[in-house]
Amino acid sequence: MAACCRSMGAPALNTKKKGAKPPHKKKLKNDLFAEKRSKKDDIPDESDDQGEDVEEHEESEVEEDQSGDSGSEVSSDGDDPLADDFLQGSGDEDKASSLDEHSDSGSDSDESDIEQKSRAIDEERARIEEEAGAEMQLNIKEESDEFRLPTKEELEEEAHRPPDLPNMQRRIREIVRVLSNFKALKQEGTTRKDYVEQLKRDLASYYGYNDFLIGALMEMFPPVELMELIEAFEKPRPICLRTNTLKTRRRDLADVLINRGVNLDPLSKWSKVGLVVYDSQVPIGATPEYMAGFYMLQSASSFLPVMALAPQEKERVVDMAAAPGGKTTYIAALMKNSGVVFANEMKAPRLKSLTANLHRMGVTNTIVSNYDGKELPRILGVNSVDRVLLDAPCSGTGVISKDESVKTSKSLEDIQKCAFLQKQLLLAAIDMVDANSKSGGYIVYSTCSIMIPENEAVIDYALRRRDVKLVPCGLDFGRPGFIRFREHRFHPSLEKTRRFYPHVHNMDGFFVAKLKKMSNSKPTSVPAEPSETVEQVLGPEEDSSIKDTVEEPQNQTEAAENHGVVENGHVNNKKRKSPSSSKKIKGKWPSRDEMSRTREKRTKRKFPSREEISKMREEKRETWRKMNAANKKRGK
Amino acid sequence: MRTLDEKETTQVFEKLFKFTGNNLKNIVESPSHEGPDPDPGRYCFRLCKNRVYYASESLVRRATNIGRHNLASLGTCVGKFTKGGSFHLTVQALGILAANAKHKVWLKPTSEMSFLYGNHVLKGGLGRITENINPGDGVVVFSMSDVPLGFGISQRSTQDCRKLDPNGLVVLHQADIGEYLRMEDEL
Repeated sequence: MAACCRSMGAPALNTKKKGAKPPHKKKLKNDLFAEKRSKKDDIPDESDDQGEDVEEHEESEVEEDQSGDSGSEVSSDGDDPLADDFLQGSGDEDKASSLDEHSDSGSDSDESDIEQKSRAIDEERARIEEEAGAEMQLNIKEESDEFRLPTKEELEEEAHRPPDLPNMQRRIREIVRVLSNFKALKQEGTTRKDYVEQLKRDLASYYGYNDFLIGALMEMFPPVELMELIEAFEKPRPICLRTNTLKTRRRDLADVLINRGVNLDPLSKWSKVGLVVYDSQVPIGATPEYMAGFYMLQSASSFLPVMALAPQEKERVVDMAAAPGGKTTYIAALMKNSGVVFANEMKAPRLKSLTANLHRMGVTNTIVSNYDGKELPRILGVNSVDRVLLDAPCSGTGVISKDESVKTSKSLEDIQKCAFLQKQLLLAAIDMVDANSKSGGYIVYSTCSIMIPENEAVIDYALRRRDVKLVPCGLDFGRPGFIRFREHRFHPSLEKTRRFYPHVHNMDGFFVAKLKKMSNSKPTSVPAEPSETVEQVLGPEEDSSIKDTVEEPQNQTEAAENHGVVENGHVNNKKRKSPSSSKKIKGKWPSRDEMSRTREKRTKRKFPSREEISKMREEKRETWRKMNAANKKRGK
Repeated sequence: MRTLDEKETTQVFEKLFKFTGNNLKNIVESPSHEGPDPDPGRYCFRLCKNRVYYASESLVRRATNIGRHNLASLGTCVGKFTKGGSFHLTVQALGILAANAKHKVWLKPTSEMSFLYGNHVLKGGLGRITENINPGDGVVVFSMSDVPLGFGISQRSTQDCRKLDPNGLVVLHQADIGEYLRMEDEL
């Protein structure tokens, strides 16, 4: 190394290295640059030829070890090696001149000197090339080689350090790649489960989810789609607005808004009243048109349940969870202010925004009430309305892009509580609808969540508890709901429900199901179809079913007179018990401990024997005959 | 929810008469197609928690199921009674007022926003004005594109308005649609 390479050669080498060397330690680049600058200042001052050469040699040595980029920065644009000489300062010029002087004065020694120099340069070049080649090989090998899962020690070490985001992201991508082609790319001795676990941990910490939620999402989607979904959750969906057809038309509204400076487009071909706003010069929620009630700011997914409900004019419609009123006003607009809409909202503070929106949009056929949704059948009467919309309160896992706190705040109990409430509300909604209505008899159930216990499980429960059936929603562009999922098996008609995802449809996660009530009777016992996940304690179930048969005739006659039925309250109480006992078992992802705890309460479902089935059927027929006779007497 | 008694009814009709004049009979007698019954019913006024609601009979009948403390709104609210017993019209009545207004005023686009913030209408912002307005009449304020913006009480007759200087008050502001954003809680 003492056979020094001269500074003249060094810049050329630097530019060569730039291509070959991977950008490693850029940190020292700045220091180096400063160092280089100070050295540059020194160079013109130094008159000693050797001295400068040694210094510059050291510089270039240091440079070789460090980033090649600094070399490129020193060389102006790195194209012209000669330019580097200029940058290296007048030092070079001085050196050159001094060299010339030397060469002019002493001849032999300098010539051999130059030869030595050029040989050294060649050696250096060769060495650098070799090193670069070796490094390239190493890098390529690293990338194409099996991705190695971090060991326990590495993980512990990582836990102590602050989170290394780029590293984590790279690891996530690697694991997804491996999982997609597991046989070929897997590491020796690791199972799929290890990869999945590591991916779960990385996703949870990179994106900020809690364990439960990320586990739930991983079970629903394959890895590649999971990544798309999670990325979609990070970004907000575009703002949409809905034209109020009671006051204006979409074309006119679009013209007016474009004049004000709003950049918008029609929403999609499935909606005739939707507009999507890309950007706006004026605040879109405060234009005079908004205040005059010409449009409503609403997410695109909120159009769907009302489109599925399709209320007709002069019908009686109930919206059980109406605030802030986007769907209610859409319903009234579709009905052209005819018929009557009962808008109900349980929480008093939200009533104000609901009434304000209704008045602003010019809706005149609505009655707003402040009840708990479960009480509505008692107030409005069973079998009394034509259509019901239930946009149930849910865990909100489909609208994570609007509310980041959902990522960390939802647990299994939250989902189960929501599911319980939704089941009760859905039964109340079904009870309110009149199956014999001329134009209606439909219930639409929708949630802004993508979790199975809140969606398919609730519909399945309703199918078993009431005489309803699923009908097509009329929304062809969604994904059909799950018919089976892990250990759950749902009714096959559940493929008529629709699921919407942010990464597929560019709207919030949503679930819509449309039910038609076939008759006003309630089944008196749980049907004997084998249902693999329905492990219910038979005790309370039988009690409730017996009580049902006793109260059934009373309910029917009272309903005929259209009075509020107090018995319903009792029946609901009974029904409440069994869902809660089955609650623990039907939870989607119970831990081992929970499973063992509930194992005692779990009894394998005994299918009633043939004689029992026929006995139950006879009983049902008896009560039916009695009831019919009673009705005939009263002159129904 | 109950019907209005004599005194309350006169108060409400007085206020409405200021804005609609003889068109008041339109308000009271127009057939309503709301409600699921095939024959159109009539509209009526009901009082609930000091607010007066204008709804069709079929709606009123169906709202009798709902308890006093649970009924939040019915049809259209037209105004409310203050604690002192006087009746004020609110912006939610704009729909029926605008349809039956006798005196109208159109605002220039530049002064629309000022009115929507709750300011009074000045002569400089006046675009058009109907004839035969007397001071103290109820006036409905529109934008030039015939969008109802609110209502108020006129301070000058139409003749005086012509001679007025640009900063003179023409219409005293009573209610405007900007209140849906500014005062949503107080509606």
